[in-house]
Amino acid sequence: MRNSSVSLRSPPALSGGLNTPTHLKRFRSSIPLYIFLLPAVVYLLLLSYQPMYGVQIAFRDYSLGAGITGSPWVGLKHFITFFESPRFLHLVQNTLTITALSLLTFPLPILLAIGINYCTSRRLAKVVQMISYAPHFISTVVLVGMLTIFLSPSIGFVNTLLEMAGFDRVNFLMIPENFKFIYVGSDLWQHLGWNSVLYIGALASVSPELHEAATVDGASIWKRIWHIDLPGISPTIIIMLIMNLGFMMSVGFQKAFLLQNSGNIVSSEIISTYVYKIGLVQSNFSYSTAIDLFNTAINIVLLLTANAICRKTTETSLF
Amino acid sequence: MKTKKHFWNNAPVDTAFHLMNYFILIVILLVCAYPLLVIISSSVSDADYVNRGLVTFLPKGFQVKAFELVLRDSRILSGYLNTIFYATVGTLLRVTVTVMAGFALSRRDMFGHKWIIWFFLVPMYISGGLIPTYIQATSLHLTGTRAAIIIMGCVSIWNLIVCRTFFQNSIPNELWEAASIDGCSLYRFFVSVVVPNSSAIIAIMVLYYAVDLWNDYFSALIYLQDSSQYPLQLVMRNILLSSQMMSATPQSAMDPTAMAELTKQADSMKYALIIISSLPVLILYPFVQKFFVKGVMIGSVKG
Repeated sequence: MRNSSVSLRSPPALSGGLNTPTHLKRFRSSIPLYIFLLPAVVYLLLLSYQPMYGVQIAFRDYSLGAGITGSPWVGLKHFITFFESPRFLHLVQNTLTITALSLLTFPLPILLAIGINYCTSRRLAKVVQMISYAPHFISTVVLVGMLTIFLSPSIGFVNTLLEMAGFDRVNFLMIPENFKFIYVGSDLWQHLGWNSVLYIGALASVSPELHEAATVDGASIWKRIWHIDLPGISPTIIIMLIMNLGFMMSVGFQKAFLLQNSGNIVSSEIISTYVYKIGLVQSNFSYSTAIDLFNTAINIVLLLTANAICRKTTETSLF
Repeated sequence: MKTKKHFWNNAPVDTAFHLMNYFILIVILLVCAYPLLVIISSSVSDADYVNRGLVTFLPKGFQVKAFELVLRDSRILSGYLNTIFYATVGTLLRVTVTVMAGFALSRRDMFGHKWIIWFFLVPMYISGGLIPTYIQATSLHLTGTRAAIIIMGCVSIWNLIVCRTFFQNSIPNELWEAASIDGCSLYRFFVSVVVPNSSAIIAIMVLYYAVDLWNDYFSALIYLQDSSQYPLQLVMRNILLSSQMMSATPQSAMDPTAMAELTKQADSMKYALIIISSLPVLILYPFVQKFFVKGVMIGSVKG
């Protein structure tokens, strides 16, 4: 019998001493919610947590036949091999060069957001947003395809324009020194607009009264940006900075891998592409996992450090 | 009222700001739009101009031959169909799983709420890495099957958090309490109250996941071996970047004129291929842009 009267429901049981019944009751009433969570939990257990357990092959000599737990322990052998290999410094250097250069571009989306925020023509602001967000949705394959065509010495418009201006044609993608600029430059082109979305949102929530008061007091736009807007959006900026610092060592595999060629490999081989080649091309599973684990460990340390520093100095932090 | 005459307080400094701002915004606009324009122009230009890199602004010698040749390539067609399959089924699965989990996580009265949140947050920062995930996928018999593309990456923690934040703000707990007192089951509440009131978040999730699946080549590169299962992006990678010959028929079976035409059109076809592969996203983009932006805003409410 279904009755909609409240009085029929018993009040929460408060049995003396032990609160187990309450826990049990709360657990029972949460069961429908657990069922909603079930698919996601099963996925994470099988394909996120189980691989975390599988990381132990970095300390073993993994072979297909023996499986993860059956392969013999070798301790830090793979890590030592990696640290002693001539590749080690090289890979770290390539990876860090790219991230350092991308960190330099970190303020640009903030500046774009401020520019759009103060633009007196709403129509121009709308058009700039629409067009500058668009490249974000282009796939990596298409982006790299565009780069190879545009920078090609024979058919690329970049070289056509260079030649018109009286310079020689250059095969940009084959020159190792160019790789970092091509990588970070195309990232900037692709994500500048999109990365500004967050800051535009943050700027919109800065109190308009502060701006009115400042205008009455005769503050210029420059001063209002410096004294009102930037402090107002600083929590967002700090969170983004922590995220950026925390993932310094994880330069994305996808674009670097596609941009690689025999000419630029000296500077385009980064940790993630090397992990892929050692692991899936050469099938050296344990060694590859060790390199990957080293990378993840550095990332976590960086993330926690950046987070701790920000919490101390600015009282804003990720966790 | 007396205003202090100071250089910084003068209006001209604001005028200067606005002038500079306009200039920079227009430069950014042009820099973002120009490469896109060159792609579109080149794809419909005469191959003679394209091959010499002469299309730098508007189309030269309008023709659509490159499109015809691309569409005749059976690999492109099969890649396209595969991608449509992966994107549809994958999005359906992902959105269902994410929205359900997001709703459950938004309910703070769930027993063990805090621990469960941590269970979901940890994989955002720590992962087993490429190889252990690959080994696990192989032991689940996913490697080499279409299911791999659909299942791998099924839960994006970021999207889950966006969903959860949305539900926390839009479905007040009182609503559920009232409904449950009336004898409504959680399942019925979800289907007849939560889902109808969450079209915005569902649209956002569909778009995020669909674009990701459409653009992805990485999981196909790792988990697929049979080229008949390749999604469009992987087919494109082989054509655009490994400069494989664009041809459906074996080269020996072609007559010399067709062969020469194909060679001549090779570069134009790359442009056409880029357009064709990005078409669905390009067409939809102006209409759905606001949803993408909204998703970022919801996600940013709580860092």
